[in-house]
Amino acid sequence: MQYRVEVANRPDCRDVYGESVCTDIRKFLDLTVESVRSVFVYILDVPLDSSKKDDAVREVFVDPLTQDYSFNKLDTGKFDWCVEIGFKPGVTDSIGGTAREAISDILKVEFEQQQKVYSGKQYRLTAPEMTRESVLSLAEDFLGNTLIETIKVQSFDEWYNSKPDSALPKVKGTPDYRLEKIDLDIGDEELMALSRERSLSLSLEEMRSIKEYFARDEIIEMRKSSGIGDKATDVELESLAQTWSEHCKHKIFNCIIDYEEDGKKERIDSLFRTYIMSATKKIGEDVDWLLSVFKDNAGVIKFNDRINLVYKVETHNTPSALEPYGGALTGIVGVNRDPMGTGLGADLLFNVWGYCFGSPFYDKKMPSGLLHPNRIRENVHKGVIDGGNQSGIPYARGWEYFDERYIGKPLVFCGTVGSMPVSINGNPTHEKKIAPGDLIVMAGGRIGKDGIHGATFSSEELHEDSPIQAVQIGDPITQKKLYDFLIHARNLGLYSFVTDNGAGGLSSSVGEMAQSSGGCYMDLTNAPLKYQGLDPWEILISEAQERMSFAVPPENKDELFCLAEKYGVEVTVLGEFTNSGIFHVIHKDETVAYLDMEFLHDGLPQMELKARWIPPILIDPEFTTPKDITETLKNLLGRLNICSIEGKSRQYDHEVKGLNIIKPFIGVERDIPSDATVVIVEHGSTEGIILAEGKNPSYSDIDTYHMAASVIDEAVRRIISTGGTLDQAAGLDNFCWPDPVQSEKTPDGHYKLAQLVRANKALFDFTTAYNVPCISGKDSMKNDCILEGKKISIPPTLLFSVIAKMNDITKAVTMDIKLPGDLVYIAGETFDELGSSEYYRMVTEQDENITSAGKNVPKVDPEKALKLYRAIEKITGSELAHSIHTPTLGGLGVGFAKMVMAGGYGMEIDVSSIPTVKCSEPDKILFSESNSRFIITVAESDREAFETAMGDNTFSLIGTTTEKPELLIEDGSGNIIISSDIDGLRKSWKFTFKDFFDGSS
Amino acid sequence: MAAPKILVVTGNGFNCERETAYAFDMNGGNSDIYNMNYIIEGDIKLSGYQILAFVGGFSYGDHLGGGKVAAVKFRNNLKVELMEFVARDTLIIGICNGFQVLMQLGILPALNGEYFSVKLTLAPNNSKRYEDRWVQLKVNQSSNCIFTQKMDRIMLPVRHGEGKLFTPDIETFEKLLFNNQTALQYIDPENGDITEKYPYNPNGSFRGIAGICDPSGRIFGLMPHPEAYLSPYNNPDWTRLKYKNSVPEEGDGVQIFRNAVEYFQ
Repeated sequence: MQYRVEVANRPDCRDVYGESVCTDIRKFLDLTVESVRSVFVYILDVPLDSSKKDDAVREVFVDPLTQDYSFNKLDTGKFDWCVEIGFKPGVTDSIGGTAREAISDILKVEFEQQQKVYSGKQYRLTAPEMTRESVLSLAEDFLGNTLIETIKVQSFDEWYNSKPDSALPKVKGTPDYRLEKIDLDIGDEELMALSRERSLSLSLEEMRSIKEYFARDEIIEMRKSSGIGDKATDVELESLAQTWSEHCKHKIFNCIIDYEEDGKKERIDSLFRTYIMSATKKIGEDVDWLLSVFKDNAGVIKFNDRINLVYKVETHNTPSALEPYGGALTGIVGVNRDPMGTGLGADLLFNVWGYCFGSPFYDKKMPSGLLHPNRIRENVHKGVIDGGNQSGIPYARGWEYFDERYIGKPLVFCGTVGSMPVSINGNPTHEKKIAPGDLIVMAGGRIGKDGIHGATFSSEELHEDSPIQAVQIGDPITQKKLYDFLIHARNLGLYSFVTDNGAGGLSSSVGEMAQSSGGCYMDLTNAPLKYQGLDPWEILISEAQERMSFAVPPENKDELFCLAEKYGVEVTVLGEFTNSGIFHVIHKDETVAYLDMEFLHDGLPQMELKARWIPPILIDPEFTTPKDITETLKNLLGRLNICSIEGKSRQYDHEVKGLNIIKPFIGVERDIPSDATVVIVEHGSTEGIILAEGKNPSYSDIDTYHMAASVIDEAVRRIISTGGTLDQAAGLDNFCWPDPVQSEKTPDGHYKLAQLVRANKALFDFTTAYNVPCISGKDSMKNDCILEGKKISIPPTLLFSVIAKMNDITKAVTMDIKLPGDLVYIAGETFDELGSSEYYRMVTEQDENITSAGKNVPKVDPEKALKLYRAIEKITGSELAHSIHTPTLGGLGVGFAKMVMAGGYGMEIDVSSIPTVKCSEPDKILFSESNSRFIITVAESDREAFETAMGDNTFSLIGTTTEKPELLIEDGSGNIIISSDIDGLRKSWKFTFKDFFDGSS
Repeated sequence: MAAPKILVVTGNGFNCERETAYAFDMNGGNSDIYNMNYIIEGDIKLSGYQILAFVGGFSYGDHLGGGKVAAVKFRNNLKVELMEFVARDTLIIGICNGFQVLMQLGILPALNGEYFSVKLTLAPNNSKRYEDRWVQLKVNQSSNCIFTQKMDRIMLPVRHGEGKLFTPDIETFEKLLFNNQTALQYIDPENGDITEKYPYNPNGSFRGIAGICDPSGRIFGLMPHPEAYLSPYNNPDWTRLKYKNSVPEEGDGVQIFRNAVEYFQ
């Protein structure tokens, strides 16, 4: 029997959810909506006796104190429009899944797989001025997403006179499947057509290598004797395409580059090996704490004798562009699986997030096919919040960066820190090895058509019977169960190897695992499916979420299966690992793939590309500056890249686990982003870690070498300013680049690749200079979009994240001014290098006659910087600094403002005392973004000790802190150039997003 | 006396089990952490424990309401054992999502000792959103709540989207207040007065109620997270307090768990 239930709050109980939607509609869309009533809709397609239906529905769906329900249309009074939104067939419906489990428990009946509960919602709008058309566009552009949801709009009369819609979004799969055999003895054009038609994303050269493999005599012989036949199967082609994808093989980072700069030519054999890996190797010769780098899902470093740390940062850009909520949710729960699948599996401790968006205030017409940046921002936040909060993992770092060039391709960075015991039952946890005969076990969610060819979104219209393929939607609770199970199984030593199923699905996970034993024999027949009708190649490469693959010694199978049942996790044996040298896959007793392991993993031909560096020609802007630059500072404080983003950040849990010491937001009003976050790893300990990051894509407009140097310096000096040291600090590199391969579509490919080369050169130079080795990284290389015929590429973006050990967290330092009457020092030099600074960018945006945002990008002198950092390490080690802040965007001016806002005390500063090099105008001194600088406050009584510890590093006493909550800056000749009370600064700083967060009602 | 045995219930989306177990153990308790499925299926018996802790988190994703489906599971599989546990001289604490579970089960407020009767709900915050922020709280000195003895003013973090204590029936509230079952209330840090004002009261809860107990004082549910403020260095102000020589000895949450352990000693 099938039932449709509607649930809504009773009239005497506030419908906060409906109110919230109404507020958002008014705020973001400027539409006249009087009110919104929210109604929850459930369709029960489970065997439920009509005598029990009321009890079951009341118990599962209704809050008896506040809600009403109906098996028909629920009367909530008159309204104008009803928008009903439900999931399309095959889209993950977590709420429906939970309801099904609850009803099953009440009835004590196990349901069949196809017996389900479906969830949906209704918004009943009182909006007499709105037309059907405007409601429809509200529904499609704001309330729902047609990519994954069905949307129905009815007027009140239509709603009143029609029957409620009980259609089920069921996938009508049939048990049929197809196996195709493909003749590869074809010409180049046909090879490329094959690559395109099947969305293999393989180049001609790669297709040729595959053709050549299948034509080898010994391969033909081997294939004949195995029974698969000489032709390639679709399963094999798809496996190769996944294994050889840019995502898995990092082809651009591993290609040969002919690089030219200043007439000098150089041949680089793999950026990754030449600059990243070799830097880590070089540093690794002198340190003993690098345990597992670049080979597993995340890097592993030593923390203490009991614990190792694991860290990985990923991006999830394209999915977030199309379905921001689902894409970002998948991004965060997906990166959780990297530490879970590192070594024998890590405990998850902290998340980090960071986003690059177009301006949420973008007011030009959006090109079709693109979502408005504000919608992307709202929903990306929501996705990461839900993913992090529901997994019980606090966030440690969070940031946003805005530039119009991210309008076509937002960047969504998500990262996770984990920890694992150094060893379990005597076995080191950061190593893993599969023995032939170990079983292939998949655990977690079921397989559907989710995320097949995730990278190449099909524009095909989705119809009722076609399950969504493009976007996977994460289900944090399914993954939480899987995680709880994994940790218990790890502690019992039940498996020998674990890895996550991400991009490329089983093809990639089992394919990579098979390298450990030397082969595999995988049977897809028993793979658990969400619905029927998947071809074997689809089962193999599906990117359905919340799955991990394990290698399990046969003697542990029963215990593992019992444990999984206890945790409500589905586990399936899919064959066994072998040492046959063959990636062998069967389906319904038929061999569907029989590939030589060596060819599968190492047969990819190396790409060769050209890169040529020609520096852009830029000039510094010319403009007049007023004497009093208070307004300039306030305008800077309100800029998107500097202003307060506290509102959104507060919706993320950063306290769960109780390990947080210096939080992501600090100060008397807990609203100022900290330079770095300090956390402990074990309860009751004072040994901890510091997390920080650097990013500054706008510097790429001048030179990516100095962009990368600045970004690494920023991350490193944030650690230093928080009281950390570089004794045990590791880095993570995340490159997000526009397509750097020269082609018709990318006529500036040589330049973009040269930008990549230069960033990598800096990465080598500065990680080795600071002794901060990269332990893990990720690249995303095709971040472009075509906007009304014009290509828009993101600015080359490098996120550099650092994790540093802190021996005593009680010595951590924050930027908030602690006491009045302290001395204010500046350490480090200020240069006239405001190119691409927030100040020059603001000036450029304000004056259409100014066309260039400057030519001098901030540079880093690593020797001077390191010497200064060592001095600050001593100062914080002996607790001589009351507060430290390292300025970033907006320079010292913004830095002073943040320090006074954070502490609630004022500052009096003499700008002429700031140590400068060829930089004399006060506005330039205050807003230059020169690297390697600190603002430090010190007790008068510690003056001598502090100055002695600073030695011959550049520093200067520039003022004092004051009881009066006011920032006063004078020019050295007695003229006040900046004067504002703290409230005035805070007002400007919070003004930008004030409408986005008013929790008051 | 032997250390009391504490059962910390987790699994299916609960997630504060480790810090909650540590909070009891640092005060001399002896905690076990178990997935709720082990308890529901009878592998682990409540009869072996003196304290039961329902922790924070997102059980079943809070789909269909905070704590709703976890409560369905407990009610359908464990009602008798829970009734027996309540009838003994035991303690129960429910924090955040765990508090929501106790309310959905009707173990709280248990007006007139009527357990398993749902009288109150934790409704969505007036602010319409989930929030993480530190709040100031005052302990009701007239309450017999075991967990809040020897305490007065404390600060703790809240992290929830559904924490507004609510019922359309004003009499229930009156009884709750009359019985002093209101153990913990949000206050305005300026004047120390109980407040319904945002953000000091983060959800708009009636009379600033943040935590309630049953009439016996042995069962306590609260929205703020005492287990997230155990180390003095969890305090968001500690870097400033350091220069006023007033970093506290311990976090404000510790005493709540110490009271529970000491009840059995």
